[in-house]
Amino acid sequence: MSTPAVAADRLRARSRSRWRRRRTIAVLLAPWAIGFGVFFAYPLIASAYYSFTHYDLLSSPHWIGLRNYEYLFNSDPQVWSAVRNTLWLIAFMVPAQVLFALGLALLLSRARHGVGALRTIFYLPALAPIVAATLGFVYLFNPANGPVNTILGALGIEGPLWLNGASTAKPTLVLLALWSVGTTLIIFLAAVLDVPTHLLESAELDGAGPWRRFIHVTLPTISPVLLFAIVIGVIDALQYFTQAYVAAGVAQGGQAGESAKQLGYPEGATLFYPIYLYEQAFSRFNMGYASAMSILMLIVALALTMLILRNARRWVHYQGETR
Amino acid sequence: MHVRVLAATVLAAGAILVAGCGGSSSSSGSSGGDIPTFNPSEKVSITYWVPFTGGELGFVKKVVRGFEMAHPNVRVNVVGNINDEKIIAASRSGNVPDAALSFTTDNTGVFCKDGTFLNLGPAIKRDGIDLGNFPPAQQHYTEFNGVRCVLPAMADVYGLYYNKQMLAQAGIAAPPKTISELTEDAKKLTVRSGSSITRAGFTPYIGFYENSGAHFGPLWGAQWQQPNGKSAIASDPGWAQMAEWVKELVDYYGHSSLVRFQAGAGEEFSSSNAFQNEKLAMQIDGEWRTALIKDEAPKLQYGTAPMPVADGKSELYGGGYTTGNITGIPKGAAHPAAAWELIKYLATEVKPQVELMEDLGNVPTWIPALDQAKKVASPQFQTFLAIFANPHTTTTPITASGEASQKTLENYLEKYQSGNGGNLQQGLAQVASQIDAQEAQATAGNVP
Repeated sequence: MSTPAVAADRLRARSRSRWRRRRTIAVLLAPWAIGFGVFFAYPLIASAYYSFTHYDLLSSPHWIGLRNYEYLFNSDPQVWSAVRNTLWLIAFMVPAQVLFALGLALLLSRARHGVGALRTIFYLPALAPIVAATLGFVYLFNPANGPVNTILGALGIEGPLWLNGASTAKPTLVLLALWSVGTTLIIFLAAVLDVPTHLLESAELDGAGPWRRFIHVTLPTISPVLLFAIVIGVIDALQYFTQAYVAAGVAQGGQAGESAKQLGYPEGATLFYPIYLYEQAFSRFNMGYASAMSILMLIVALALTMLILRNARRWVHYQGETR
Repeated sequence: MHVRVLAATVLAAGAILVAGCGGSSSSSGSSGGDIPTFNPSEKVSITYWVPFTGGELGFVKKVVRGFEMAHPNVRVNVVGNINDEKIIAASRSGNVPDAALSFTTDNTGVFCKDGTFLNLGPAIKRDGIDLGNFPPAQQHYTEFNGVRCVLPAMADVYGLYYNKQMLAQAGIAAPPKTISELTEDAKKLTVRSGSSITRAGFTPYIGFYENSGAHFGPLWGAQWQQPNGKSAIASDPGWAQMAEWVKELVDYYGHSSLVRFQAGAGEEFSSSNAFQNEKLAMQIDGEWRTALIKDEAPKLQYGTAPMPVADGKSELYGGGYTTGNITGIPKGAAHPAAAWELIKYLATEVKPQVELMEDLGNVPTWIPALDQAKKVASPQFQTFLAIFANPHTTTTPITASGEASQKTLENYLEKYQSGNGGNLQQGLAQVASQIDAQEAQATAGNVP
């Protein structure tokens, strides 16, 4: 039977030990917490605050309530044009990238000779700096004297206007995205090579052809990687900036790094949401409005990610998962 | 309890950070309003930010050396390749140069609105500078809401360039003076090979080289604003007439053929420029092209003339569009008195203005310098001096929303010329309403 003094000592010792443990955890977490606070939480809080202000970067922000959001939803037609273009990317560029990378990965997984060289060749474009690659594409697809239209011309075909045409500018950017799909390709290739051989052999013994083996064995096995590629692709599409900014400026006759004289040249076809956001923040100095746009983008990104993840429960299978 | 303390700390830290990032408008620095009187015996070193690069930067440095010789105790460090975004970022951080120069007048409103640049009014009055020695357009684009925070430092003026040989070969005796003549001559001068254009007489395509609504509008006498300050894009018939002419001529070439031709026409600011390489018989361009032609295509037989004007608006002929460089002193400048002496030297002295005209190929903005310039300018450049002095020469209005109105109009015109702009009047009405909304949005913070 312990006296009250001993009990108090034990309590103090336990409390000290608990405090030491918490301090250690706090110290270990500090680098992450500082990074999170400075580079994520603070910008997020500041953006949310600025979205309710008129702020031109030079004078103090003035609180204007919901006027930025009212302008965004009711008075700014360009923002909706930018939203439509960005949704187009999500609807067409993301599936195209995923399918192209997956297709290439399946082909590469079957290659018997020169596998290393082929992998390197297909991955190499992903290492090219974005601006340089985009400039290269503008040159290749110049409708007047670019090599692509010159070859088409030699075959008796009048090539399209590519980046200079309102209906062809976005598809041309998709071609650029497909060319630099190397990183996704490597991830898919690793996943495809990781599909258990015994499952494929069992399916084959059961009479399943290549297509059924792909649908019922390969696809479920690589589904987590597929989900990863889709989520990352959607987030990339929401942030799509450099290629369109450079391509529009140069295709219109400017220099790299110069914005196009017309926003989203040609005819607004390449005016994507981040480009318009940048224009508002750093060209028109409407930081308050740009902040409201960024908050909307955050909400949309979160909603889309949640939607994909919720849907994913139906088709993504994790190895070792019990149901 | 720990949680509550932690939450309170995080909130407080967040509030401090948010407040700390809220701009620097309340800081005082040297922004007392007036610029101190310059003390010539005090040794100072000042920094001057300019957007020029390469050879042009060298010319500016040469002119600034003239200032240093006249002010032996002042040393000027001229820093090139600085655009407006860098000036704004520096103003925000408080780490500003003593003086800065911008290529565009579109941001005068931004610079003057909240005291980002010092109000030069008191110093102008103190030093007895006669603003009447600046042309009306230059007086207009250096002031916003009654605050003159920048001075004009050389102007750009737009006119018609034409290839003399091509016009002569086509039997055209003189450059066109009306839009009808321009259209007719453009068609005569165009050469095609099948469906492709090998030489264009004149391309009106909005967005190509210097073609824009802002540069074409004055040819119809089109106004940007109504007397009540609202956009006049839909109400002034000049804009619709201009858009119709652009589309008509684009349709003559064929939109796709013209875009294809322009894509291979060569970069505007390079030796491959289409006019310099005789792929284009006529073009609207700034006075600087005379210097570029002298340097890059000295054998080109070309002439210059005022831009043709709309039929029935012959009284406008001889005028055109002007804009230019502006220079001022950012708030917080360490040596505003010496900086003022520098920008005053560049803007109101004959010698540097004439030197800059000869080297950069820009038009002087100080009228006494203009008179001197007329004596030394080439025949082609004389055209621009005459356009500059013409009372019908206009500029774009200075607004809080900067270049947003011009970009909005350009975006619509680009769609309209390709046939995707729908009903013209409805489209222009939408543009006008969008410009008004942008202006309201840009001034939303100007509350007590």
